[in-house]
Amino acid sequence: MKVRILVSFKESVLDPQGQTVKHALHTLGYDFIKNVRQGKLFEIDLDGISEKELEKIIPEISDKVLTNPIIEKFTWERLDG
Amino acid sequence: MKFGIVVFPGSNCDRDTFHVCNHVLGHKTVYLWHKSHDLQDVDCVILPGGFSYGDYLRPGAIGKFSPLMNEVGEYADKGGLVLGICNGFQVLLELGLLPGAMLRNKNLKFLCQFVHLRLEDNKTAFTRKAKIGQILRMPIAHFDGNYYADPGILDELRKENRVILRYCDANGLVSEDNNVNGSAESIAGLINKKGNVMGLMPHPERCSEQILSSEDGRVIFESVIDFIHA
Repeated sequence: MKVRILVSFKESVLDPQGQTVKHALHTLGYDFIKNVRQGKLFEIDLDGISEKELEKIIPEISDKVLTNPIIEKFTWERLDG
Repeated sequence: MKFGIVVFPGSNCDRDTFHVCNHVLGHKTVYLWHKSHDLQDVDCVILPGGFSYGDYLRPGAIGKFSPLMNEVGEYADKGGLVLGICNGFQVLLELGLLPGAMLRNKNLKFLCQFVHLRLEDNKTAFTRKAKIGQILRMPIAHFDGNYYADPGILDELRKENRVILRYCDANGLVSEDNNVNGSAESIAGLINKKGNVMGLMPHPERCSEQILSSEDGRVIFESVIDFIHA
């Protein structure tokens, strides 16, 4: 099994890096870009667990390790269907 | 008294802190390796500055899983004094021993400079030798010191006088212009509800001797010594 986890700042948290990227894009003429949020991506291979366990474990490790839930949120998807 | 300095892989202020506690202030001091499970009966645990685990993932995010952090958590629960300096503060936030989190500095720069700080409360074990409103000149050296907490937490910190240090100018004025890293309410240091766990971004261990151009950091260590001996 292979999953991809995307971590980004919560909407309530300012993202100065995303803002800086947005300004850079505006400087290059891409004025139609309204907002940029920067985040982190994790691709994780797993073996020997059931689909049901996967549904439990990915949110668990995301909450416990991959994100700081005070400032970050996550979404995840299966990469192998 | 006896200080214990935790050493993580990537700590780089552990020796400076040891030097101040032991050579400058003359107290017994031991290093506490992060993989051990023994706090060696110290009277105060200090999590030093540095880049534990290279700041991988988030500053302090991996350090919080170090074996010794179980003992540090229990020690804090029992009322033991824990001081987190810079990266040590970030570890305390990740551990949940202090509320909130650190974001990247507002100007996206690594800030390495002296700053002025206003001391907001001297009824704590870490500040009892200082005066309220006293202006301390201490160095900072961090990339992620932009303190963030939910509005509810900020309210609580304010009402309970748990903000200990705020960034200010040389006259003690707190304003957005003097808020070097963009911290919520200019917070540079805070304490837990019980008053035994404190974290601060500035480095008191780098300004505890005149030869280093400021001795303002000494008051933090001297307060702890005074509290333990009281």
